[in-house]
Amino acid sequence: MSALDLRGFLHGLPGVDQVGAQARAAMLASRSVKTTAKQWALDAAISMIDLTTLEGQDTPGKVRALCAKAKRPDPADPTAPMVAAVCVYPDLAHVAAADLKGSGVHVASVATAFPSGRTHLEVKLADVKYAVAAGADEVDMVIDRGAFLTGNYQHVYDEIAAVREACGGAHLKVILETGELVTLDNVRRASWLAMLAGADFIKTSTGKITPAATLPVTMVMLEAVRDFRETHGRQVGVKAAGGIRTAKDAIRYLVLVNETAGEDWLDPRWFRLGASSLLNDLLMQRTKLATGRYSGPDYFTLD
Amino acid sequence: MPKFEYAPAPESRAIVSLRESYGLFIGGEFTPGARAFKTISPATEEVLAEVTEADPADVDRAVSAARKAYEHTWAPMPGKERAKYLFRIARIVQEKARELAVLESLDNGKPIRESRDVDIPLVAAHFFYYAGWADKLDYAGYGAAPRPLGVAGQVIPWNFPLLMLAWKIAPALACGNTVVLKPAETTPLTALAFAEICQQADLPAGVVNIVTGAGETGRALVTHPGIDKVAFTGSTEVGKEIARACAPSRKKLTLELGGKAANIVFEDAPVDQAVEGIVNGIFFNQGHVCCAGSRLLVQESVYDQVLAALRRRLETLRLGDPLDKNTDVGAINSAAQLAKIRELSEAGEAEGAQRWSPPCDLPVKGFWFPPTVFTGVSQAHRIAREEIFGPVLSVLTFRTPAEAVEKANNTPYGLSAGVWTEKGSLSLWMASRLRAGVVWANTFNKFDPASPFGGYKESGYGREGGRHGLEAYLDV
Repeated sequence: MSALDLRGFLHGLPGVDQVGAQARAAMLASRSVKTTAKQWALDAAISMIDLTTLEGQDTPGKVRALCAKAKRPDPADPTAPMVAAVCVYPDLAHVAAADLKGSGVHVASVATAFPSGRTHLEVKLADVKYAVAAGADEVDMVIDRGAFLTGNYQHVYDEIAAVREACGGAHLKVILETGELVTLDNVRRASWLAMLAGADFIKTSTGKITPAATLPVTMVMLEAVRDFRETHGRQVGVKAAGGIRTAKDAIRYLVLVNETAGEDWLDPRWFRLGASSLLNDLLMQRTKLATGRYSGPDYFTLD
Repeated sequence: MPKFEYAPAPESRAIVSLRESYGLFIGGEFTPGARAFKTISPATEEVLAEVTEADPADVDRAVSAARKAYEHTWAPMPGKERAKYLFRIARIVQEKARELAVLESLDNGKPIRESRDVDIPLVAAHFFYYAGWADKLDYAGYGAAPRPLGVAGQVIPWNFPLLMLAWKIAPALACGNTVVLKPAETTPLTALAFAEICQQADLPAGVVNIVTGAGETGRALVTHPGIDKVAFTGSTEVGKEIARACAPSRKKLTLELGGKAANIVFEDAPVDQAVEGIVNGIFFNQGHVCCAGSRLLVQESVYDQVLAALRRRLETLRLGDPLDKNTDVGAINSAAQLAKIRELSEAGEAEGAQRWSPPCDLPVKGFWFPPTVFTGVSQAHRIAREEIFGPVLSVLTFRTPAEAVEKANNTPYGLSAGVWTEKGSLSLWMASRLRAGVVWANTFNKFDPASPFGGYKESGYGREGGRHGLEAYLDV
């Protein structure tokens, strides 16, 4: 596809009416999920978490603690499922890889000059290769939002394709940083652009920009992966990241997946929640459902 | 077995305390009448309560009570004092929102999500809105100190029982009129609950009178010589009968009747939201909506895409217990209405249109009809011309904007229309040519007390809502 064709294609996608999209997302957020449905949803949400630490103050010790939590979220209850992955910066990927080896929990590393992505492609590719070599089997890249907003879609496409290649066998999640794209029309175009360029997952946000994941944005992305599978025959996953802190929020996302993309996406292979504090709220609700009593935050490990 | 099966989440009925039988609300009190009838839950056919059937003598008592209240209390009362009562009613409606929503869903069959999120909030909003007008009528555009009309006889339908009551009573009272209102025979309970709210608000006796009953009661009311104003919402057939009955009198009349609205989807429409709008247009309230988007007009260039998306979306609709918070489509209001929907749907098939419904299990008891889409429909088919008043969508196509306008207007009705396009200039071009009281752009079935509502042609005359809605209740 030429740069002109690509532009024509993206601008030819049906528009998104913001008011209508917000109303639909709000309606789905009013679904009432109780008893057995809640039980299923809490466990599903836990198993879809990319347990994340992306701080300047991260250390091998912090990452090891997170890995322990990922493998066994609730030491008091071995029936609590493991999370999907641990998500760290590239220089700590080897720590996570060593700890999680053989556990079934994936090692995700952000790369490509996360979170802003403002550097040369060579540096970004080196970042990706370094992360993969350190043992990351999932790479979370950021797109060049500046290029996207100037309409240089070809540049964004080429970068994603190059990173895709540098990933080798690792899974590629493409972060759109929807908080900087602002409009839902942009979210839809960026979703298609990333999928056309080879993304395995499209992801809402870095978590460093407000707003991060929102229900309407995630809904538009879910519509995109649904439509892309219909036209291109390939299923792409969605990751909502940032700002999802409570079990109630997480369940709303699962309802959104269920009624937008459909139940094929209700699986850690196709839907992820990028979060950190969310896990403990899910565990607390899980315990409440099992015992009928709320316990305090001190009964759940920090990490 | 679906992965994520929502467990039943029924709203509790305990909040509603139903009486075994209800009298007529006349002169501020519930008074007995001679005959009674039963009101049932259309979802289960369970009898909910016994309600009095008002005869002409009862109607006469109600009109006298309203006349007395009009002359001695309500009309002489300063607008700012009337406003206080209306504000008080609005606040009580808000306080009792959950109870009223459950009661509405029980008696009408509509999903609790709709009665909770649409009907009851709009009821309160209407009273708040018209409360604000009560002391500002000098500025409504009808000159200084416009006079009320007197006693209003109001007959309302069963599709939005309490909301239609609010549309009728709020502007009438704000302007200084008193009312005798007859709710539909299948859905009298929220009107009777409203009577209790009037008592709670200390509304002077006789300002609001509620007489329950069927067609005979309605006839007695609108033909009563003591009535100054008749307001009716319902079928075009009955509307014509009322117009004939009122013609030789001085009664002021407003009619809000049937519709066969076109929902027009252009090729550049925001498809996902348009599909939501189509669903909301015809399956909201089981299609028991006079302004329902019952005719879908799709531009031929996007026909396949829109229909595929619509079918996929309909497969996610959840039909069942109206009190379940996750129900999208509830019960048909009555056996009679169900029979009418069935009859017209069979006519659609017989005339050669293709019928489709998503797979869905209908409950055994009660009155149910699955969401239904007819394709291959032409303007000549009965299902494209007659109001079905049920969850049945007729799909037609068009090629150019001019053809869309032509087809949309080619109906005896003209209550509402929807236009879906990302092009603002096209929306405006369409809106200026569509002969419909409301034209929605990139949305459907949106209501607001500040917005006037009413029809062209056989959809009736007069406007309800907004500043325009005052005219119907003022001597201007």
